[in-house]
Amino acid sequence: MTETRSKLICRSVWKLFGRDAEAFLRDHPDAASAPERIAEAGLIGAVRAVDLEVREGEIFVIMGLSGSGKSTLVRCMSRLIEPTAGEILFDGQDLLKASVKEMIDIRRHRMGMVFQHFALLPHLTVLGNVAFPLEVQGAPRGERERRAREIIELVGLGGREGYYPRELSGGQQQRVGIARSLAVEPELWFLDEPFSALDPLIRREMQDEFLRLQQMLKKTIVFITHDFDEAIRLADRIAIMKDGAVDQIGAPEDLVVRPATPYVAEFTRDVSRAKVLSVGSVMKPLNSQARGDYAGELTANQKIAQIAPLLRAARRPFAVIDAEGGLIGELARDDVIDILMEG
Amino acid sequence: MSRASIALAPWRHSSVLVWAAAFALAYMLWIWGGEVAPWAMKYPRAWIVPLKFWISDGMSWLIEDATFGLFTFTELTRGISWLIERPYRLALGLLSHGLLQGQGSDAVQILPPLTWIAIVAIVVALGRFTKDWALAALAGGCFAYLAIFGQWDGAMVTLASILIAVPFGIAGGLFAGLASYRWRTIERLIRPVLDLMQTVPVFAYLVPILFLFGFGPVSAIIATIVYAMPPMVRITIMALRGVPGEMVDLGNMVGCSRRQMTWKVLVPSAMPGLMVGVNQVIMLSLNMVIIASMIGAGGLGFEVLASLRRLDIGSGIESGVAIVVLAIALDRLSQALANKNPPEHSEAEARLPLWRRYAYTSVCLAIVFATGLVGLAAGWVQSYPEAWAVTTGSLGENLVRWINVNYFDQLEAVKTAVLLNVLIPFKRFLLGLPWIAVVALLAVAGWRLGGWRLALLCAVLSLFNVTVGLWAKSMITVYLCGISVVFAALIGIPIGILAAERERLWGFVKVVIDTLQTLPSFVYLMPVVMLFRVGDFAAMIAVIAYALAPAIRYTAHGIRQVDPHLIEAGIVSGCTRFQILTKIKLKLALPEIMLGINQTIMLALSMLVITALVGTRDLGQEVYIALTKADTGRGITAGLCVAFIAIIADRLITAGAQRAKARLGLE
Repeated sequence: MTETRSKLICRSVWKLFGRDAEAFLRDHPDAASAPERIAEAGLIGAVRAVDLEVREGEIFVIMGLSGSGKSTLVRCMSRLIEPTAGEILFDGQDLLKASVKEMIDIRRHRMGMVFQHFALLPHLTVLGNVAFPLEVQGAPRGERERRAREIIELVGLGGREGYYPRELSGGQQQRVGIARSLAVEPELWFLDEPFSALDPLIRREMQDEFLRLQQMLKKTIVFITHDFDEAIRLADRIAIMKDGAVDQIGAPEDLVVRPATPYVAEFTRDVSRAKVLSVGSVMKPLNSQARGDYAGELTANQKIAQIAPLLRAARRPFAVIDAEGGLIGELARDDVIDILMEG
Repeated sequence: MSRASIALAPWRHSSVLVWAAAFALAYMLWIWGGEVAPWAMKYPRAWIVPLKFWISDGMSWLIEDATFGLFTFTELTRGISWLIERPYRLALGLLSHGLLQGQGSDAVQILPPLTWIAIVAIVVALGRFTKDWALAALAGGCFAYLAIFGQWDGAMVTLASILIAVPFGIAGGLFAGLASYRWRTIERLIRPVLDLMQTVPVFAYLVPILFLFGFGPVSAIIATIVYAMPPMVRITIMALRGVPGEMVDLGNMVGCSRRQMTWKVLVPSAMPGLMVGVNQVIMLSLNMVIIASMIGAGGLGFEVLASLRRLDIGSGIESGVAIVVLAIALDRLSQALANKNPPEHSEAEARLPLWRRYAYTSVCLAIVFATGLVGLAAGWVQSYPEAWAVTTGSLGENLVRWINVNYFDQLEAVKTAVLLNVLIPFKRFLLGLPWIAVVALLAVAGWRLGGWRLALLCAVLSLFNVTVGLWAKSMITVYLCGISVVFAALIGIPIGILAAERERLWGFVKVVIDTLQTLPSFVYLMPVVMLFRVGDFAAMIAVIAYALAPAIRYTAHGIRQVDPHLIEAGIVSGCTRFQILTKIKLKLALPEIMLGINQTIMLALSMLVITALVGTRDLGQEVYIALTKADTGRGITAGLCVAFIAIIADRLITAGAQRAKARLGLE
């Protein structure tokens, strides 16, 4: 994998609600390791000493149950909520040191956000809603409407420009929300539980739509969800939050194979291994057979569930190759059966 | 309270002890206080604080000497007058007597007013635009009624005042609300002012306004604005608070400036709530414009007042009905406006010619000009001919005469019986109570229900009524209000219970109480005077009629919102209907019913002051006298007394309802 740049870095970001939170953190540099002190001081630790890094072009999912602080964290990243302490580096610039004016500028041109309950303005049409961020910037009507029409087309709502939000279904409303957040061509795209308010079937469809858009746009994405299946489906990497702190950060596979805490293990226990694990992570070292002796070739990043049918008839193991076509390992039917037996 | 719950909750034990002790002390004071401490029975004259003279002196100073450096206070009030007078003259000209040039009797009409046909057409168009043809017919019918029954001129004068007062009320309320939403400090400053403005009886601030702005329509409009604005402020704050946090986040994320946030995100998102406020402002303005006829508003209110004064029941009823008709039209129109959805999507709209895009405006303008031109030649088009007017005056008169001839004895018997057996004994009892015991009992109630802050508030506010020397009149107010509220509750709560469980009955009751609540308070005086003449009993009936609606509404609402699962649980446990009502529905609806009683008290107090016109001897009379003498100090002091009674009742009941809610786990 090629080395990618960090787009957004959080360094020990804190958000404590309550009186004199800043003074408390100054007096208790060890607060991260002693969470009980926070409660004793009458404070609520919504985000506690979070360190993470979002890489350019990846889908970074923050997963946690309600009250885990994930929404607060994403709002700290855009400074909708002022963090109590820490650093938030966006392309190397510390957002917490930016002036109000600089912040408005960054949000206008470089960030976009999608909301759980869509947050569509009821008095504007689809076109008006999508063009809204450009209107706020003072773009001339013709230009902003041209741009808005383009994106409306992109999210598959062409022909509905004149509709009002209340005339649309939930899924369509969220498409408008997505289109609006993309209107300014943001570098950093926040999605705060965008599909949680939708029916399961629509949710699935929107997830596919989201992956399709990301294929085209290659944005840097911070995606919030409480749904672990959704996280696994979409994420390049996942951060699992509990009580305001990050328990573990890693690729979906890492979390399943090597959960760092019992809490993470609890989440991953019921996950279907076959859907998460890739051929590369379960293959055995080469048995120095000739390449022709294998039943066939599999690439390392294929998921087990995808290739399982191939194995049914195969008596011999498969060769595993990497992206460049080099032979890196082998996979036999029994190895896969073991995985499937685990669930 | 059962023995078990006492055993479980020891604090209730102490509560009973506290109350027992407090009542015992009060009782002992009542019995022996006269000899031991006469000052505790009757507040000594020498201790009275001459607040009313201080206020009057302050007002005189404001008018004669106060200055803000660049301009004096008098110039400020004249400036405000001018600001309101200009648009008022224009509105009055358009609706009533045409645009005039020149002064007084030399005035020449340079442009006739809108024809009555045009005004009815505009109202019809408004009805169709905001809702449907049914509303158009209702509103048009109401206005046609005004023309046909000879109430047109008065109604147009009233309407002109409302047209001016409403925009000021809405804009003022909106800005005050926005400011309070943005700055906590402003909200903290505004809130008590709002509380006071809504509880001080309307007559009381007519007095200083009369003093500052003189007698005339401008003063009336100012009073109307002052009266109609507070609910708009409250509703604005509530509507803005109700905007989802995500909307605010959205505004920030797309980089809104403060101004963009306010006008492009917050206000549009809060619009449905704000429109409810607009309806309120319109209805309160109508109510106040009628009352403000006492300081020169003219119009329908003046006609009711004039006929009240000469006891001309027939024409009083005619004007009263005209007010009702106008109120219904304005209420339904503004409600439809509030509930109006934005138009459906339409692709073709942008391409239509201008006059078709604004079809309603175009049609109205066409009718205005067409009837205006025809009206120059044909008088009946310009204004509805008096010869065609239908009068019901003699009908009303005859009806009253008939009732009085046939039922005088029965009515009189009821009146005397209630007076002798209920009103007078209760009044004597209240007047005989030592003031210090009442203050102490209120403080104890405050302490038990809401802690020491509430106790302090109750004590200080009730002491105010004592120290300004209005204790006796305050007690008469409490007596009339209390009796009326008890009767209103006795009538309203059963109706609410009955209506809550019967869908069709509820539909009917709802229309009746909705209509009752849109009627300006003045209207209630007419039929009461007609049947019972003047005095406490007549006042009580008017107050009950006016204050009944919330008792019904809150009871029905409280019962209807009881969780259906709990009722199912009751049915499954084998409860009879009666048991379900008493053991489940009423228990859970109790906090809501308490709030309804609270509203009833507030309405009763505001009506009580107006019943001074039918000869009560309470604080209302004090305010009314102050009004006729333009005695600001006297009016404000008495007004504050009424307000403080209202505030004490409101805080105690709200605290009680809160506790009840908390106990039921409904919070």
